[in-house]
Amino acid sequence: MAAPLTRKDFVTDQDVRWCPGCGDYSILSNVQKVMPELEVPKENIVFVSGIGCSSRFPYYMDTYGFHTIHGRAPAFATGIKTARPELSVWVVTGDGDGLSIGGNHLLHTLRRNVNLQILLFNNRVYGLTKGQYSPTSREGMRTKSSPQGAIDHPVDPLAFALGAGATFVARTIDVDAPHLQATLHRAHAHPGTAFVEILQNCPVYNDAEWAEVEDRKTRTQASLTLENGEPLVFGAAGNRRGVRIQDGVPSVVELRDGEDPVAAGVAVHDEAHVSPSFAFALASMQRPDFPVATGVLRAVEKPQYDQMLAEQMGEAADQVGTSGDLRALLHTGDTWTVE
Amino acid sequence: MTAKKPVEEIERVAIRFAGDSGDGMQVIGSKFTESTALAGNDLSTFPDFPAEIRAPAGSLAGVSGFQVHFASEDIRTPADAPDVLVALNPAALRANVEDVRPGGMVVINSDAFTTKNLERAGYTEDPLPALHERFKLVEVPITGLTREAVSDLKLSTREKDRCKNFFALGLMYWLYQRPIEPTERWLAGKFKGELFEANIRVLKAGIHFGDTTELFPVSFVVPKAKIQPGTYRNITGNTALAWGIVAAGVQLETPVFLGAYPITPASDVLHELARYKAFGVRTFQAEDEIAAISAAIGASYAGHLGVCTTSGPGFILKQEALGLAVMTELPLVVIDIQRAGPSTGLPTKTEQADLLAALYGRNSDSPVAVLAPATPGDCFHVVLEAFRLSVKHMTPVVVLSDGYLANSAEPWLIPDVDALPRDVIEKRTEPEGFLPYSRDPETLARPWAVPGTPGLEHRIGGIEKQEGTGNVSYLPENHGRMVALRSEKVARIAADIAPIEVNGDDRGDLLVVGWGGTHGAITSAVNESREAGQSVSSLHLRHLNPLPSNLGEVLSRFDQVLVAELNQGQLWRHLRAEYALPAELLSKVEGQPFKVGEIRSRIDELLAARRS
Repeated sequence: MAAPLTRKDFVTDQDVRWCPGCGDYSILSNVQKVMPELEVPKENIVFVSGIGCSSRFPYYMDTYGFHTIHGRAPAFATGIKTARPELSVWVVTGDGDGLSIGGNHLLHTLRRNVNLQILLFNNRVYGLTKGQYSPTSREGMRTKSSPQGAIDHPVDPLAFALGAGATFVARTIDVDAPHLQATLHRAHAHPGTAFVEILQNCPVYNDAEWAEVEDRKTRTQASLTLENGEPLVFGAAGNRRGVRIQDGVPSVVELRDGEDPVAAGVAVHDEAHVSPSFAFALASMQRPDFPVATGVLRAVEKPQYDQMLAEQMGEAADQVGTSGDLRALLHTGDTWTVE
Repeated sequence: MTAKKPVEEIERVAIRFAGDSGDGMQVIGSKFTESTALAGNDLSTFPDFPAEIRAPAGSLAGVSGFQVHFASEDIRTPADAPDVLVALNPAALRANVEDVRPGGMVVINSDAFTTKNLERAGYTEDPLPALHERFKLVEVPITGLTREAVSDLKLSTREKDRCKNFFALGLMYWLYQRPIEPTERWLAGKFKGELFEANIRVLKAGIHFGDTTELFPVSFVVPKAKIQPGTYRNITGNTALAWGIVAAGVQLETPVFLGAYPITPASDVLHELARYKAFGVRTFQAEDEIAAISAAIGASYAGHLGVCTTSGPGFILKQEALGLAVMTELPLVVIDIQRAGPSTGLPTKTEQADLLAALYGRNSDSPVAVLAPATPGDCFHVVLEAFRLSVKHMTPVVVLSDGYLANSAEPWLIPDVDALPRDVIEKRTEPEGFLPYSRDPETLARPWAVPGTPGLEHRIGGIEKQEGTGNVSYLPENHGRMVALRSEKVARIAADIAPIEVNGDDRGDLLVVGWGGTHGAITSAVNESREAGQSVSSLHLRHLNPLPSNLGEVLSRFDQVLVAELNQGQLWRHLRAEYALPAELLSKVEGQPFKVGEIRSRIDELLAARRS
C-alpha cells in the first residue's frame, strides 16, 4: 500500500508565473491541500482550463492537465468526462474566459449537468491581456479599453449559473482558506456540475476589488456566510443583521441583541429550495447595500449527462439489431451476390 | 388479355425524377436505386434538392430531383444528360427539361399542368407543343389515375394525392422491368393499414398502366452488369462515412466519440452513428461547432477515437481547436462534407473548395494530414485510413468529402471484415523514462498517454512545448525545432501510403489530375478519350497531405497536366507550388458535379492545341 498522498504530491516542478500578490496563489495552495483529502487516485484527476491568468492553473498541478483554448474548457471537459466517467474532472476558468468568450459552453455544460467541478476565478478584469474590463466588471470601471468608464452591464456568475439550471452553485473567497477548502469538498461531493465562483484579487489591474470580503476585519459585515438550515444572519455582535426574502426580493433587517432572527422574518437558508429564485436572490446581493453571500447557495440533484449516456451505452437494446458485430452491420438491409 | 408488349435490350439509361420538394422525389429515387441494384446493374445516382424544407408549392425554388444512371457495364457517373425525365409539375419540367438528351423521353403529370401551375413555374404559354417536337413527350394524368386507384379507401384527397410519386415509380418499374419486391418490403415497414394499401395499389397501378396503355409501345431491359464477384449493397457516401467510423472503433479496438453539431449535408452521419451505441460509439450533439471539436479532442485526450463531422462553415469554426490538436499532437479525425460557399452558400449543393482551408486554414504553420474519398463507397475506406494514420502518427487528419458523395449512391462490394486493416494502438503505460513529447524514431509520433494511467501525470496545452518534456517553452530555437518536427511528422506519413498509380498509360501527352468526388467523371472522360485514341491518362489523389512520394515523378512523365476540380483551382495551386508545374486548370463552380462531356471537351481542346 502506497503512503497516503500529501499536498506536496500535487505540486509540479514548474515555476509559478502569476504576479506577486495574485489571489491565484492562495487558491492553488488550497486546491493542492484539498486534493489528497478527496481520496481520488492522483492519476484519475484531470484539470482542464481555457485561456487567461487562471487558466495557467493546470501547469502547477501534478495531475493530468490540459490547457486548452479560450472559453472552451467546459466543452473539452465534457468530452473527457463523457468518455471516461471514472475520472475526476476539474475546470478552471475566469470571468473573461468563462462568461465572455465561453459563456455558451458554460451555459450548456451547466444545463446538461455533466459531473464536473467548475472553478471560476472572478477578479472582474482581464489580467493576461493587461487590464481591459470584463463581463463582471462594475459599470463605469475605467480601464484602457473603457477610458470614460465601462458601459456594459455586468453579469453575476452565480445568477447566470442558476439561470442555466445549475444544480450546485457556491461562492468562496481566495484568501479564506478554511471556507475555500470546505467549498471544494462540497463541490467534489456533488453529483453533477458543481459551479464555484472564487472571488479573487488582481493586484495589478483591479486591486482591492474584493477587499471588504477578503479582509477579516470587514468580512463579517460585508459578507454573509451561508449555512444550510440556518437563518441568513451576518455582522458581529452588537451589529447583527439579517436578510429577508419576500417575493424573491431580498432586504436587510437590523436585529436587536438576542432577538430571534426567524421571528424577525429573516429567511432560513435552504440549499435545496423548491425554487432556484431563492438562490438567485442571494446571488444577486451586491455591496454596498447587501452583504456578499458566500457558501453553497444551491445544491439539488438531477440526473447527470455522463451518467445517463453511460446508461444508454449499457442498455441491451441495440437499435440496429447487430449486437456490435461489424460484419452484420455491413450486411443489414438488401444485399445481392454476384457469382 | 392483351398481347405482351415487345421488350428491347439496352446497355444503359439515366432517369431523372423531378417534382416539388414535398412530392417524395428523393424517396422514389432511392427506391428505384435499390430495385436497380438488386437487378444487378451497375449504377450511380445524383440527388439534387433545395435547402428549403418546403419551398412554395409549384415554384422553381422548390423543385427536387433525383437522377439514377444504370447500366449493363461499368459506370461511374450519374450521366451528363438523362434519357428520361419524369416531371410531376410544370416547375419540375421547366427546371429540368433542357438537361434531357435530345430525343429523350419526357413523362409529365398532365393533371398538374393547370394555368395556375404554369404561371407559378413562370411559363407564359403552354410549353408542351414545342416539347413534342424535341422529345418523346408522354402525358399521363398521374393525379387522376392515382385517385382512381384508391377511390374506395377512407383517406383524404390530400393523403391520396401524396401517393402519386409511387404511380410514377410504378411506371418506370414497368418501363425498365425492375423488381418491385424491395419496394413492397420497404412500404410494409414504413406504412400501416390504409396508407400501406394505398401506396402499394398506386405503385401497381403505375405498372399496370404502363403495361396496358398505348402511350408506351415497348419496355426495356438492361442486362446485369459484369462486375467483380462478391456480395454487394447499395450505399451512399454519408452511410459509408458513418460505417467507416464504426469500423475504425472495431478495428482499432478503441471506443469512438463523435462530437457534432447539426449542419447540412453532414447531419445524416450524426443520425446514423447515434444508433450504434452497441459498437461503443458515443455521440455528443454539442451546442456549437467549436464545442463539438473541443469535446472530441477531450475524448481523444482521454483515450477514445475523437471524430467530428461537419461542413464548410462549421469546419472554419473548428480551426482554432484543430490547431490545438496539432500542438498537443493528439489523434483526431475531422470530416468536412464540403458544400458550395462561401458563407452559407448553397447548403445542399456540392463543391470542393475547402482544400486550402484544410491545408492552411489555421494560424501559423499548423500541418495536418488531409485525405479525400473518391466515391460513395470509398468514404468507408478513407475514414478507416484516416483513423489508422491519426493514431499511428499522433496527428489530426482532415477528411474532405463533398455534398455529391454524401448523397449519391452506388453498388458497394461489402468488404471482408477480416481483411480490413487492423493496427494495434499501443497507449503508453510505462512510467519509467516517460516524456510526453518524446518521439517514435520512425514516425516522430509522441506517446498517447491518457488520464487514469498511474505515473504518467503530465500537462499539455496550446503553449509551445519544450522538446521532450512538453513543458512550456518560449526559447526561440526550441520553437523553430518544434515547428519543424510537427511538419516533418506529417510529411513522414508519405512513407506509410501507397505510391500513386495512373489510370491508363504511365506516360503520354496529357494527364488529368483530380481529387474527391470528381473521380467518376474524370475517369469516365479519360477512358472515353482513350477509346477515341487520345494519349491521355488520369490520376486520382486520395492523399492530399502529404502527397504520395512518387507524385512529382509521375507528373513529370506527361507533356501536359490538367487539374480538374470544383473550385477556382485549389489543388492546381497546391501542385504548382509543390512541383513548380505549368499545369492547366479546369474549374467548375456551379454547385453541380462535372459532366463527363465538360472534361472531354477540355481534353480535346488541350490536345488539339498541341497539334496546331
